[in-house]
Amino acid sequence: MKLAPTAPLPPVPASERRNAARRIRLMPSPTVTERIVVALLWAMAAITIAVLVFIIGYILLHGLPHVTWSFLTESPRRMGREGGVLPMIVGTVLVTGLAVLIAAPIGVATAVYLTEYTAEGRLTAVIRFGADCLAGIPSIVFGLFGFVFFAITLGLGLSILSGALTLALMVLPTIIRTSEEAIRAVPYAYREASFGLGSTRWQTTLYVVLRSALPGISTGVVLSVGRSISETAAVMLTAGSALGLPDSLFDSSRTLALHFYYLAQENISEANAYATAAVLVMAILAINLFAYWLMRRFIARGGHHA
Amino acid sequence: MKQDKLIKAILMAVALSAIGGLGLITLFIFKEGLPIILQIGVADFFCSTDWSPGEQRFGILSMIVGSVAVTLGAMAIGVVFSLGLAIVLTQFCPPKVAGVLKPLIELLAGIPSVVYGFIGMVTIIPLIREYVGGPGFSVLAASIVLGIMVLPTVTSISIDALNAVPRSFWEGSVALGATRWQTTHMLLLKAARSGILAAIILGMGRAIGETMAVIMVTGNSLEIPRAITDPVRTLTSNIALEMNYATGQHRKALFATGVTLFIIIMALNTLAMAVSRRRVAGGGNR
Amino acid sequence: MPELQTQPVFHAREVESSRPSRPCFDAPPAHRPARDTGEQTAEPARPKISVRNFTACFNDVPGIRNLTLDIFPRERLAIIGPASSGKTTFLRSLNRLNDLERAFTCSGQILLDGEDIYGPEIDVAALRRRVGMVYAVPVPLPWSIYENLVYGLKLAGVRDRQILDQRVETSLKEAVLWDEVKDRLKEPAHNLSGGQQQRLCLARVLMLDPEVLVLDEPCSGLDPISTGKIEDALLELKAKHTIVLVTNNTKQAARASDRTAFFLMGELVEVGPTADVFTRPRDRRTNSYLVGQFG
Repeated sequence: MKLAPTAPLPPVPASERRNAARRIRLMPSPTVTERIVVALLWAMAAITIAVLVFIIGYILLHGLPHVTWSFLTESPRRMGREGGVLPMIVGTVLVTGLAVLIAAPIGVATAVYLTEYTAEGRLTAVIRFGADCLAGIPSIVFGLFGFVFFAITLGLGLSILSGALTLALMVLPTIIRTSEEAIRAVPYAYREASFGLGSTRWQTTLYVVLRSALPGISTGVVLSVGRSISETAAVMLTAGSALGLPDSLFDSSRTLALHFYYLAQENISEANAYATAAVLVMAILAINLFAYWLMRRFIARGGHHA
Repeated sequence: MKQDKLIKAILMAVALSAIGGLGLITLFIFKEGLPIILQIGVADFFCSTDWSPGEQRFGILSMIVGSVAVTLGAMAIGVVFSLGLAIVLTQFCPPKVAGVLKPLIELLAGIPSVVYGFIGMVTIIPLIREYVGGPGFSVLAASIVLGIMVLPTVTSISIDALNAVPRSFWEGSVALGATRWQTTHMLLLKAARSGILAAIILGMGRAIGETMAVIMVTGNSLEIPRAITDPVRTLTSNIALEMNYATGQHRKALFATGVTLFIIIMALNTLAMAVSRRRVAGGGNR
Repeated sequence: MPELQTQPVFHAREVESSRPSRPCFDAPPAHRPARDTGEQTAEPARPKISVRNFTACFNDVPGIRNLTLDIFPRERLAIIGPASSGKTTFLRSLNRLNDLERAFTCSGQILLDGEDIYGPEIDVAALRRRVGMVYAVPVPLPWSIYENLVYGLKLAGVRDRQILDQRVETSLKEAVLWDEVKDRLKEPAHNLSGGQQQRLCLARVLMLDPEVLVLDEPCSGLDPISTGKIEDALLELKAKHTIVLVTNNTKQAARASDRTAFFLMGELVEVGPTADVFTRPRDRRTNSYLVGQFG
């Protein structure tokens, strides 16, 4: 690209000028293209939100009228054609609660180990690899594993305990990752200040790091609860599908999601299917709102940017 | 000091449970499933379309084709929408609106897969039957449902990838007179391509592993599909449909289906890791 | 891809006290650094801290080289020097805070009351209670003022509410903060102004009644009034504590110290009574720094 003076340009032939003008007219200007593209992109966003609203609205509209007090407090009769979903609510709470109770301490401890107690090396790479792979495994494979390992090999049978252990393994990567992120968000200066006041590493971890990261960690745990409630394939193969109220953790129990699947897939009762789905969706909505609120509080505390 | 060492040892032992769990899963799935693949013969198991548990004939080719068809269809729909959303949210959207849209997209990930399947069953399938033809239960229906289901995953990882592109790239381009859209598609998408590729691969993993929604909308026929309106059965639904009553060889063959699925997923995961590691090694994109 | 991140927050080397190179020799107890010009002042013979041939490295690059220095009880030692002259590294070696960095190695000795603080028997947490540190940027922990203050004592196992309250009051008074916060102890510490936060951090350290108080440019971000309050506090505290003050501000060193040490590129150039160092420095480089040639 020389800028040296050159001879004056030869005149452009008239035909060439016309062609150039036509080409320009055929190609819309960048600003026009941008307008079209942005409109298209916004349309996509609008469609996505519309789909979300449609799904939730459709389920709630069809389901909520059937959700009565007796539906929530009665046991199903005639395979779920009549009656309510109390045993399924109990089963869901037990399986989910137990799964998160098992996974949360393990996940948080793993995150603490990765961030506070070791340097990046081969071991941390292996642990992260394990967590990443676990996160990718399909739930049906978790189901197969839970069935052969917890139910058969360990002899727990198709039970709440088998289901909970399987789900715990499933949500473990989520808890590890969200906890790790929350812990990393705690400023290094807090740790330094704490060490300077004569704390041991464990005291700093407990009183400064985990305490500050608690809202972030809780968000991850709450989202794991949501994931456990939604899960169907894995609990089908591990917790079984008994309709009655469980007497102990070694009993089989059907979760809400699985109950809904049977009602819908086998055309047992449309009204009850919609009602069960509505209960499920309400639970998921509540959990997501709660997680969102926790996260906002975590960010809003702002103390973390000192 | 001694106490600290003890705590460190305990934490390390606990931290190993993730990799330990992965090891156990691998061990037990393969222990149950691998022998029967070898017994039937690798070629017969993977290349035969004859799945007749009653006659002890187990060939899963039609399900592999089904899984692949459904996944590709899902990605065709999901990737376009996910990228569109990621671009809108990172480039064209005021932060306040993005603050509302992001949690909504995450909510989409929270909806149970059975609910997706059910909505697909009662809305999409009648529409397809009416306007496109066929029985309605089809590759097309599953693609649409799965396309929506993978959307949150692909969107959020793509957003991370786009946000990781240094701001200075964008400023440099805009300073040269490029419009926002020109900057986005000429520069940002290129700079973030390995991250987006990783997002797509992980999305594929989710689509291929999805079970309940797929069962409810694919019709579960054992034929190899000839058109997108044909019903299919996927690897995952094969397991979920038959596991409840399967015994003996049949159950082992279902575990073998699980082994197949496991290998596919691991391959996809490794690929995604390799792709995003290259991005890190390439530098500048953190 | 957050799960693929490989950056650690920090590294756990605190508990390992093994160091690659540790030449073992006994320093003569009454040894004085050769360049010490402070012979004439009547100081107690036994130093509180004596540093013997101490070298500290990060990734094998020395931050301070072969440092030998005595610090005496109840004196205020100011350390001055240009940026990256090893002042902060030295300070953080005194309470082993550098151990938190993985790449840190050191050789030589730092004796606190004759005991090597890098020795194998040392309880690092207890050491840090004896050598209290105030950082350049005040870091109140995200709790109330009261919680910040009692944290250190609670770690040490003090639970008695009466003792805690009493220590809170005396420490806040020593740090010239009591009048400003006595009615708002339950408020978040982040609500305090920058100068108040720094005095809170000072009070937080004083809660532990440390023998040695090390301050790393404690006034770098503060206005002159807050700075004055902290300097006043140091003068009072001198009666009970040994004070080591790193500062970029030579005027502050002149005002608020008994002796001054000048560091340059990781080495001790000279140390002596503040008046001497400022009026007739022995070393040409000290003079250049004081007249502003190193910035």
